[in-house]
Amino acid sequence: MHIPDGFLSTPVWASLDAAAAPAVGYVVRVAQRGFDDSKVPLLGVMGAFVFAAQMINFPVGIGTSGHLVGGALLACTLGPAAACVVMSAILAIQALVFQDGGILALGANVINMAILGVLAGYLPYHLWGRSRGRCAAIFAGGALSVAVSALMALAELLISGVRMPAAVLEVSLGLFLVSALIEGAITMTVMGALEAIQPNFVRQPAAGGRYALVAAGLAAVLLAAGGVVFASTAPDGIEQLARQTGISARARTLISTPFKDYEASWLGAGWPAQAGAGLVGLALVGGVCVLIGRKR
Amino acid sequence: MMAPLILVRGLRYQYEDGTVALNGVDFRLEKGETVALLGANGSGKTTFALHLNGLLSGQGTVEVCGLPVNPKNLVMVRRKIGLVFQDSESQLFMPTVLEDVAFGPLNHGLSPQQAAERAMAALKQVGMSAAAGKAPYHLSAGEKKRVAIAGILAVEPDILVLDEPTTFLDPPGQRALAQLLSALPQAKILITHDMPFARATCSRAAFFSRGVIAEEGPVEQMAQRYEWDFVAPRTT
Amino acid sequence: MHHVTLDQWSRGASALHRRDPRVKIVSVLVFLVVLATAHRELAWLGAALFTVLLVAAWRARLPLAGALARAGVVLPFTAVFALVSCLAGDPARGAALAMKSYLSALAVLLLVSTTPLPLLLRGFEMTGAPRFLLMVAQFLYRYLFVISEEAQHMRKAALARGATMGGLAGSRARFRAAAGALAVLFARSYARAGEIHWAMLARGFPGYFRPLIDLHFHRGDVMFLVLGVLTPVTLRILIERLA
Repeated sequence: MHIPDGFLSTPVWASLDAAAAPAVGYVVRVAQRGFDDSKVPLLGVMGAFVFAAQMINFPVGIGTSGHLVGGALLACTLGPAAACVVMSAILAIQALVFQDGGILALGANVINMAILGVLAGYLPYHLWGRSRGRCAAIFAGGALSVAVSALMALAELLISGVRMPAAVLEVSLGLFLVSALIEGAITMTVMGALEAIQPNFVRQPAAGGRYALVAAGLAAVLLAAGGVVFASTAPDGIEQLARQTGISARARTLISTPFKDYEASWLGAGWPAQAGAGLVGLALVGGVCVLIGRKR
Repeated sequence: MMAPLILVRGLRYQYEDGTVALNGVDFRLEKGETVALLGANGSGKTTFALHLNGLLSGQGTVEVCGLPVNPKNLVMVRRKIGLVFQDSESQLFMPTVLEDVAFGPLNHGLSPQQAAERAMAALKQVGMSAAAGKAPYHLSAGEKKRVAIAGILAVEPDILVLDEPTTFLDPPGQRALAQLLSALPQAKILITHDMPFARATCSRAAFFSRGVIAEEGPVEQMAQRYEWDFVAPRTT
Repeated sequence: MHHVTLDQWSRGASALHRRDPRVKIVSVLVFLVVLATAHRELAWLGAALFTVLLVAAWRARLPLAGALARAGVVLPFTAVFALVSCLAGDPARGAALAMKSYLSALAVLLLVSTTPLPLLLRGFEMTGAPRFLLMVAQFLYRYLFVISEEAQHMRKAALARGATMGGLAGSRARFRAAAGALAVLFARSYARAGEIHWAMLARGFPGYFRPLIDLHFHRGDVMFLVLGVLTPVTLRILIERLA
């Protein structure tokens, strides 16, 4: 799910980098609680923990095993803002030290996994963590965090024109579903084990309905991404989607074959539509961040 | 009589869950002394040490160099008393040895230039000058311990407190550490299970038992009184 | 381990190693953008940029074969998409994907192989990255190896415990054992973070980090910056003009 450099088209990686910057700035400010660096060792060490945890195999039968991704687990124990910061640091180290994920694509990976993925991982727990459906909420969080990250990545690749015939897409979606379920199971089981060791580790979800708005924002972004992806499973999916949403003919060709006269068309009629989409995405993410901040 | 470097009277401390960790501890440390804190695991030795520089605070009196240990004096107290933790890995948290040893001086107001000079001097004192640019995880356990001590010495404290310093050290490492400590002029408190090490370095010992100091006296006397030497049971 | 090797490489003594991290970052960013936004004459551009990287690697006295191999870590992921592209009738795009992702990875690898990571993170401050985040990354890197080692021990212990049970029941048991191991690792890491914080407080930590080293530009850095920025840009312009 870490997108390397060279895959995303320029409007996509550039607008996601532009979106990631304020988002990260925001979660840092919230996690830092007023310019205090005291939390640095905790967040850093827990980041190292997630890295190391990815080494531990969780057998899921018939010779396969899964690994923890960690966004939901971090969110339910450290809180959503801190979890976003830790995941961002993890992604940065992965990109720099392990060349896992690109540098220009870092904004995209951060938005997908460190911001939206973490939020999606926390929301079910926030909404239902106090109720009887607690375990299910944690499972849902784990599954959603992976599903959301994967869906966003897939959508970004498709918009960038990476070739993915319907069959390949369907297989990918299947694999993502399996990963999501595994993450849900691992997160749920590990949280249970954590509570047995030390109930304090598991943060009590704060009361408050503000997150309903966050959920709505997240759902909107997901619908857009999901629309792109599922439309692509049909043979002329992207073009049909473009027609239905009323994007100009120029932009349609842009979305489906960005290599054609790319430089010229980027400055032509096509890119306002893309920029518009980018701005909408930015606004959604920004709105989500503001809502998190206001909660404090 | 000169004022003691450390004066503790009636120290009490309870954990959050109600367990009593310290149940009225009285203690004095005079200038130039090296004292061993002996006792079973969980008897309160480390908890006691954490009160000396204000990381924990309980009821009773704790005074370091005449200063009461309270939130107002914490910065001064932490300049007077340096604590070397059992796990050097948690103590050397900066990316390079030099940055780590300079951490203390920088925090106490020195300029980067001065802090670097102090750090190099401290590294020289412990024989680790060559490691200044290295990353801590490349060092052996003994080297890490020496760098940790350098990090404390760089602040020029009056008192050193070391928690189980010989853990992770092999016998040559233990010998080297004993030699190093003997050469340092500061008063020292050593929490240790290592009796040969205690005998070699300490003039007296305080024996902790269930949150109080049961007895104090010469190391040899405490070792014998509480049978604190490891003697393997005969199997033949 | 990969990052241990990288750490060793980054402490080399070549001219490239001595450059200010900020000029290296800017040069790599320019390189990446030139590569990412290019869509014509990709074969020529790829060859030219590859040569630039090879020269840089040679100047940095890095083991060439090792560096080229490590950058290849991106290839398995790319190969899948490249193959799909070819099968879907667009081999040019597949080749472009492979070329761009590999060269980008190699460029980043060179950056990290010639700059110790903590220094590199300081350099990224100039891009506006929050200091807090960079410090978190610094601590993450510092304890990465430590906690990974602990995880290795637990993995072996968990394997040993669950190895005798087979089948579905065995899987479930091993799943739970792994979760238990993770929970213990979590608790240990959390406790370690507390110890570190105490160690910081014990040495007078005032709530913010004061840097020991200041970054300064030298003349060599300015020259490198000019060279680093102009080379990929000029190459691309030339190739696209001459083609």
